[in-house]
Amino acid sequence: MSVIAPKFRLGYFLKGIFDNAFWILTIVTLAGIPAIQIVLFYLELPVIDGELLTAFLAFTWLFNPTMQIPLIKALIYSDLFRIVAFPGFGFAALIAAGTIFVERKMLAKLQLRVGPFYCGKVEGILQLAGDGLKLISKEIIIPAKADKPLFWAAPVLFVGTAAAFVALIPVAPGGWVVADLDVGLLAVFAVIGFFPIITILSAWSANSKFPFIGGIRALHQMVSFEIPLILSLLGVVILTGTLNLSEIVESQSSFPWIIFMPIGAIVFFTTMLAELERIPFDLPEAESEIVAGWLTEFSGMMYGLVQLGSYLKLYAFAALFVIIFLGGWTGPVFWPPLETELITEGIPIPNYAGDPILTVNTPGLPLLDKDPNEWVLQEQGELVYTSGQLLVSGVIWFVLKTVGVIFFILLPRGVFPRIRLDMLLHIGWYKLIGLSFVNIFIALGLVYAGVIGPGGIL
Amino acid sequence: MAEQVIPTKKMPPGLQVENVDDRIMTLNVGPQHPGSGHMRIIVKIDGDYIVDADPDPGYVHRGEEKMAESRNYITNIPHLERPVIHDSCNILYPYVLGVEDLVGIEVPERAKYVRVIAAELNRCIYIQYWLAIYGIFLGHSTMFMWPAGDRELLIDLMEKITGARVTHAYFIPGGVRNDVPANFEDVCLRQVNYFEKRIKEYADIFYDNPILKARTEDTGVLSREDAIRLGTTGSVLRASGVDYDLRIKEPYDVYDELDVHTNVLKSGDSYARSKIPWLDMLESCNIIRQALEKMPKSGSIRTKLKPNPKGREDEVYRRVESGRGSAGCHIISRGKPEPYRLKLSVSSFRNLIALPYLLKGEKLGNMPAVYWSLNYWPVEADR
Repeated sequence: MSVIAPKFRLGYFLKGIFDNAFWILTIVTLAGIPAIQIVLFYLELPVIDGELLTAFLAFTWLFNPTMQIPLIKALIYSDLFRIVAFPGFGFAALIAAGTIFVERKMLAKLQLRVGPFYCGKVEGILQLAGDGLKLISKEIIIPAKADKPLFWAAPVLFVGTAAAFVALIPVAPGGWVVADLDVGLLAVFAVIGFFPIITILSAWSANSKFPFIGGIRALHQMVSFEIPLILSLLGVVILTGTLNLSEIVESQSSFPWIIFMPIGAIVFFTTMLAELERIPFDLPEAESEIVAGWLTEFSGMMYGLVQLGSYLKLYAFAALFVIIFLGGWTGPVFWPPLETELITEGIPIPNYAGDPILTVNTPGLPLLDKDPNEWVLQEQGELVYTSGQLLVSGVIWFVLKTVGVIFFILLPRGVFPRIRLDMLLHIGWYKLIGLSFVNIFIALGLVYAGVIGPGGIL
Repeated sequence: MAEQVIPTKKMPPGLQVENVDDRIMTLNVGPQHPGSGHMRIIVKIDGDYIVDADPDPGYVHRGEEKMAESRNYITNIPHLERPVIHDSCNILYPYVLGVEDLVGIEVPERAKYVRVIAAELNRCIYIQYWLAIYGIFLGHSTMFMWPAGDRELLIDLMEKITGARVTHAYFIPGGVRNDVPANFEDVCLRQVNYFEKRIKEYADIFYDNPILKARTEDTGVLSREDAIRLGTTGSVLRASGVDYDLRIKEPYDVYDELDVHTNVLKSGDSYARSKIPWLDMLESCNIIRQALEKMPKSGSIRTKLKPNPKGREDEVYRRVESGRGSAGCHIISRGKPEPYRLKLSVSSFRNLIALPYLLKGEKLGNMPAVYWSLNYWPVEADR
């Protein structure tokens, strides 16, 4: 049953390339272009500048300087852009990729070695891309006795749930969030509750011993740490009186909640490490005991998807910590009010207010404003910051804080050994739950003492 | 409970019928398991508790003893160090001492000191490797990288002395193969001092780590009586409170002229067993410094042997303290250039005997911590 690799022949090689090109072109022409046209036919397109955008107009406007900016702005403010690119999946995946790179290099420095070095010439920045290509090109092996539908579904469900978690995270002021729910925090708890189910289903469906033990461990760990996780965040909910994550951030415009809730922050950070299965709580993937835990039977891109999901989850948890305890995007506005000048020459930007043709000496910024008139209002002194300035400054603060929290999530990996299951359950059920109750009582005390809340001092 | 299986006919010897309990899960930890080494442990678990553990070595058996019977005393040297290439000087030491007894030659004074230095350096190299694996078994990746990196210092030193990084084949009957390089004393002293400074830092990140202490203390406790009864040696024996070190009890070469201290801990748990080799490394640094001081600055390093030496008709048994415990070599000679029978008595196999007793009743999470704390090298046990 051995397969002998055929010898390299240039003719076969070229034939392969031509075959691939032929089939790709054929499929794109016969299926891709009609599919795009059908989608565009049914898609509800925005009205720009009093004119309904069509697919034809989009191509025309791309080369029309006066219409480019409205077109791109309409794209940025569409729901699709939010889900795919900025506050949603693309942004989170970018931070996740950065996290993997930083983790590797930081851990390497800690352990007196070099880390990824060659791939990508500069400090191995393309190592992740290389790893991804390798995972994609590998064969996906499924155990013979596995429950195939569940086994296939598990990685996809894992990434999907992690992405749902990311969708609930507000990134910048002005509604930059995929799903702005009034019960945002409750939705977060609901999404977190899905992870143990997916883990145990994938572990059980593999029908193998080591994944099964890993799945049981993950179930123990996640279920017993979910309770202190929820309790530790209740203190902030009591203080703010809202479950909406954006409103929780806005309530911290003068000071972050970590000043009053340090115990809650510590409990939440610890439970976060356990939910993320990171060292010292990486029991479900304990290598020396149970091979790779519930990931043992995953191969190729299935494993890659689970890893992607877990790093998305890491970003989402770090962002949740920032939103609830560190004040999210609040902070001094980075962008000082610029000395804008009205000039009459240059590329005219359409303006809903009417006649003035306005260009500002900061290229690109008017793109980010919700309303082009904000520049005029700022010029007249009616508006301190335009929404574009607030967005840029908010995102910078948010990313800085999130990266800081991620750094502290990564750090224990170089310092601590793995702990044992009974120690883990002891920490979860005795210490953390007790501490989170202390935190809730502190919050109640602050509210009833009249320090915070309606009519409070602060 | 499943029904009891009653064999209808007589079972062939070596096979046994096992009753299957639904609560018990049998795990094959190894030989292709990241936490096993080149062996298998058949572990039966009830929930998280180990009810039975059956170590199953033999996957890397190479027949070293049989091979030794068809080679003469000199050509036996390179292959006899193969069982533990990381501790190659110490595993060869008893064989060389035994052959010197049989052939009847004296070793020059300088060669004895060079041998002690090489043996102690090699002990450190072995323990560093062992410690790295102990670190990664406990999920401590920094403790994997640090010893593996610092080990390079001493490997470079050994390369300067012997010309090979790991498999030295440096000890030969009558002395050592070649002399140390010219500025060896200075280089060795500098490297060893720096090495000692480095390994003292391991206490900060590993041995004083509260999570490590909570995990390994009071796990796999081997009492003093059990340690003696099961015949364990080396660090396992000394961690259980038995003061037994062959460098002091049966000094060979020049160990009786050096001030050797031995490290004994009383508790007998995994933590003590993991700490003893680290203390041994610090002690080795002391011994190397003393030996460098007392070593004759010049002189012969080898007594010339006849080309194909014949041992007298006798049998000898010599043993030394290796990185893992006592390593013995029993040679029976019939007056020929080859040994009639050669038996390696290694500490890995003796320490492995304690494993089933220690693992019974432990939690599954403790398995790697207990297993690797036995200072066990699978290849050496299989020989």
